Amino acid sequence: MSEETLRTTEADEGRAAESAARGTTTLERPQGVEAAPRRIQGRSPWQLAWERLRRDKVAMLSLGFIVLIVLFALLAPLAAVITGHGVNEQFNDIGLDPSGLPRAPNGTFWFGTDDLGRDIFVRCAYGARISILVGVVATGFTIAVGVVLGLVAGYYGKVADTIISRLIDVVLAFPFLLFAIALVSIIGASLSVTIFVIAMFSWASVARIVRGQVLSIREREYIEAARSLGAGSTRIMFVDVLPNVLAPIIVYATLLIPSVIVTEATLSFLGLGVPAPTATWGNMISEAQAGGLYQIAPWFLAFPSLLLLLLTLAFNLLGDGVRDAFDPRGDRMLQK
Amino acid sequence: MARFLVRRVLLGVLVLFLVVTLVFALFYIYPSDVARNLAGRQATPETIALIQARLGLDQPIYVQYGRFLWNLLHGNLGYDYYHNVPVTRIIATALPKTLSIALGASIIWLILGVLNGVVSAVRPRSVVDRTLTVFSLFFYSLPTFVLGLTLLYFFYFRLTLAGITFFPPGGYVNLVDDPGTWFRSLVLPWLTLALVSAALYTRLTRGSLLDVLGEDYIRTARAKGLLERRVVYRHGLRSALTPIVTQFGIDLGVLVGGVVVTESVFGIDGMGFEAVHAITDQNSPVIIGVVVVAAGAVVVANIVVDLLYAVLDPRVRLN
Repeated sequence: MSEETLRTTEADEGRAAESAARGTTTLERPQGVEAAPRRIQGRSPWQLAWERLRRDKVAMLSLGFIVLIVLFALLAPLAAVITGHGVNEQFNDIGLDPSGLPRAPNGTFWFGTDDLGRDIFVRCAYGARISILVGVVATGFTIAVGVVLGLVAGYYGKVADTIISRLIDVVLAFPFLLFAIALVSIIGASLSVTIFVIAMFSWASVARIVRGQVLSIREREYIEAARSLGAGSTRIMFVDVLPNVLAPIIVYATLLIPSVIVTEATLSFLGLGVPAPTATWGNMISEAQAGGLYQIAPWFLAFPSLLLLLLTLAFNLLGDGVRDAFDPRGDRMLQK
Repeated sequence: MARFLVRRVLLGVLVLFLVVTLVFALFYIYPSDVARNLAGRQATPETIALIQARLGLDQPIYVQYGRFLWNLLHGNLGYDYYHNVPVTRIIATALPKTLSIALGASIIWLILGVLNGVVSAVRPRSVVDRTLTVFSLFFYSLPTFVLGLTLLYFFYFRLTLAGITFFPPGGYVNLVDDPGTWFRSLVLPWLTLALVSAALYTRLTRGSLLDVLGEDYIRTARAKGLLERRVVYRHGLRSALTPIVTQFGIDLGVLVGGVVVTESVFGIDGMGFEAVHAITDQNSPVIIGVVVVAAGAVVVANIVVDLLYAVLDPRVRLN
């Protein structure tokens, strides 16, 4: 039983005891009906899913880690203030050893320094901002586009469905990274281009999932009922159909975030994402690779890589838990 | 069957046509300053105009597009802006390297993924299953380039420091020149590309085989007294492989991307490497050429995968 239910029951019992002391009947029940020992609460599928998720230790741990990284990202300026190291500030004197090589982690530079004598800890914090920002915004766009096109294709069918379905086929058959290369070579690399490129190629799988669900939902009686009540297509699509496909969308979105984060890092690594000197994890790893620098300064590679790996892992584990919470019978990665 | 093939090929041609047109349009909408780059810093406008005319960049778009398509149909992808080398020749040198990486990696990833999946599914919830699950999840979350650099650090750098020089730091040697070195230089790239994807396939195979093993015909096969090995591999795995093959078809595009990253990490100048490098000097013929060839490869491979589908699962009728 959930804490909330517990609390309501306790409150009810408290009130019951009070009213008993005052000699009145318990609660707001109609007179003459015996009070049930425990209130039965109707719970929506959302509440049920949330409660299931909350009992999932791995998922909650992952969520905790994600919150931690988000805080790390939000408080990045604070990290710069505390350490006294700006994100792009180069410490040619204390940040590099006499032969000009990066310094290993120490009391001043917690994660060590990079090839230019910059503080890797501070840069990791600023890099987290890009990862989280791209992860959330690009996923948001992807889901929005995918849901709308999937709804339209599934609901209207016929010509709309044919056109959108073919479009989905084409996008899925597209070698994404190569096209990203072509696009970036023309418009130039930037944060917004990165988000646009990712969204442009990820919406198709969302649209396909939504379309499939809508196909079966639009035949249900309640849709017919809505239509006979005079509801318009837009209203039916967004008010009657959409809430019923939200569960798979949420599961997909949770699993999409890590893949988007990795895609951004990959694009940045290849020099196609957010341009330097902006600190992103992908950029840092790319700088660590340049000239085989990571071989003498493994921390330069290790910290951004570890953060990237752990954040992706946490999102994947959380997504796995979310899927399990919505569909306990489904196959999941981690069995209990 | 024939109808299916025709439809698939037509769709493939459509995809290719869209890819080509889109990429071409992109390069036209945002004109590059390649003529200015080629002319040098003190070029007069006349020189720049001359170079543009020589490259055919002064023509209206439909003329350029028409000529591009015409050349493409004749197997001509144009010329590198800077070295005047045919793009087809650049691709011909780069393609074997890319194919070596892609083929080797897919073989490892399919074998590893399917075998691990079978081991997991045969004893669900056993220690082996759980261990494999944790490993799959770990590798699944590992970005390709992080894995590649980590492998390089430990297996090239640390091993070499320890006095064992087995893996080269990167680069590529032709198979015909020196098979041994070819193999050694490709082991790490293969693993880099394979391990990340194998994780997903382990999960897929596990889930799919578990479903199939619950079917009635498997019970029948067991009741006939068949060896468990035969039941699992002949009766179970064959139909469990269908979703794997579908996924593999979808992942071919992803594979191309993975190869680009792997080439970049290991400094192998395959197609992805060429494309990434062509960006800096806006060498659009090379970029367009690589995109077209890669898209073509994905389309063809997808058709092959769809045909395999029918071979694996006789219930699938192609029409």
